Amino acid sequence: MATEERLRRTMMFVPGNNPAMVKDAGIFGADSIMFDLEDAVSLDEKDAARYLVYQALKTVDYGDAELVVRINGLDTPFYQNDIKAMVKAGIDVIRLPKVESVEMIQTLEKLVIEAEKQFGREIGSTQLMAAIESARGVVNANAIAMASTRMIGIALSAEDYTTDMKTHRYPDGQELSYARNVILHAARAAGIAAFDTVFTDLNDEAGFYRETELIHQLGFDGKSLINPRQIDMVNKVYEPSQQEILNAQNVIAAIEEARQKGSGVIAMNGQMVDRPVVLRAERVMRLAKANHLVDMEGNYIEK
Amino acid sequence: MEIKKTAMAGTLESSDVQIMLSQGSDGITFDLVSDVAKQFDDAIKATITAVLALYGVDNAEVKVVDKGALDMVIKARAMTAVQRALDLADEPNWEVM
Repeated sequence: MATEERLRRTMMFVPGNNPAMVKDAGIFGADSIMFDLEDAVSLDEKDAARYLVYQALKTVDYGDAELVVRINGLDTPFYQNDIKAMVKAGIDVIRLPKVESVEMIQTLEKLVIEAEKQFGREIGSTQLMAAIESARGVVNANAIAMASTRMIGIALSAEDYTTDMKTHRYPDGQELSYARNVILHAARAAGIAAFDTVFTDLNDEAGFYRETELIHQLGFDGKSLINPRQIDMVNKVYEPSQQEILNAQNVIAAIEEARQKGSGVIAMNGQMVDRPVVLRAERVMRLAKANHLVDMEGNYIEK
Repeated sequence: MEIKKTAMAGTLESSDVQIMLSQGSDGITFDLVSDVAKQFDDAIKATITAVLALYGVDNAEVKVVDKGALDMVIKARAMTAVQRALDLADEPNWEVM
């Protein structure tokens, strides 16, 4: 279900018509793998990419990664066949580009339901997410985020957005500050994930860290990525410190103690532990596990 | 089903396979180039023949240039090529996928 909490720090773009990249996409440890049928595929090869991704989804083991596909937009002739093929293949999430209104998500959902029925897949098993790429999309972000119970996230796509805003991307990201905050609030209010845009300059490592630290501080779940090299960099930014992990362990121990005593009130060091503190502790432990900083029992592993 | 027009799918990049289908009159005939032909010649032909059979194609000339494609890639490229050759690219045959 859409409320399920899962780590989504890294969503890696994989060009849908490139067999070498499609087959190896699972080895880099991305939390989500996003096969691209849209901008990364030329118009003549849309069918080829669709069947390649279809076959890959049916045969390749991508481990625990969440499998996402970016389909072609509502206004293209590829839209409906993309949906059918991906639903038939059992994709986890369909990402719709250039979303500007609730109706676009509702239209998508209707077609997804039809495809689920046609191919005998469980109704509701295909989740959705929206990429926001325009001023209209940002203005309608709240409604879009809540447009369907299938929604698991919304993402900012900055190239189209900055063009729409009559600007372009700057190193300090000021031009994205409103859109980032709107999308983040829309996601949090709807209880779904928020993804930041891609960072395209692979040679600017400092810039990448600066941007990732900013979106981490704001509260984004993670970032869309164009290169596997960026996965470790994002994970490093999202990695909890030893102090945070020890603190989280104390919180979780306090919960356990309260549970054993049958007490509803959780106390730690003589102070009451609120629900937000508990939720944060659980998230820290999930991140710590994902970064291999704790063992199976949750004990901190010294580096 | 008869091949309507010559069609090609796939590229010559590593891990890919390029498959060209054209009209034939003598069953499925192959012209195959692959660095791994010695080991996988039969497997590649079998995969392509199986896809053609799904679409009811009995006669075709098949040119294959394999660059070390996995079976699933060969299947995907064969499917793309045959749908193009049969003019089905816009209205795929979902039953055979």
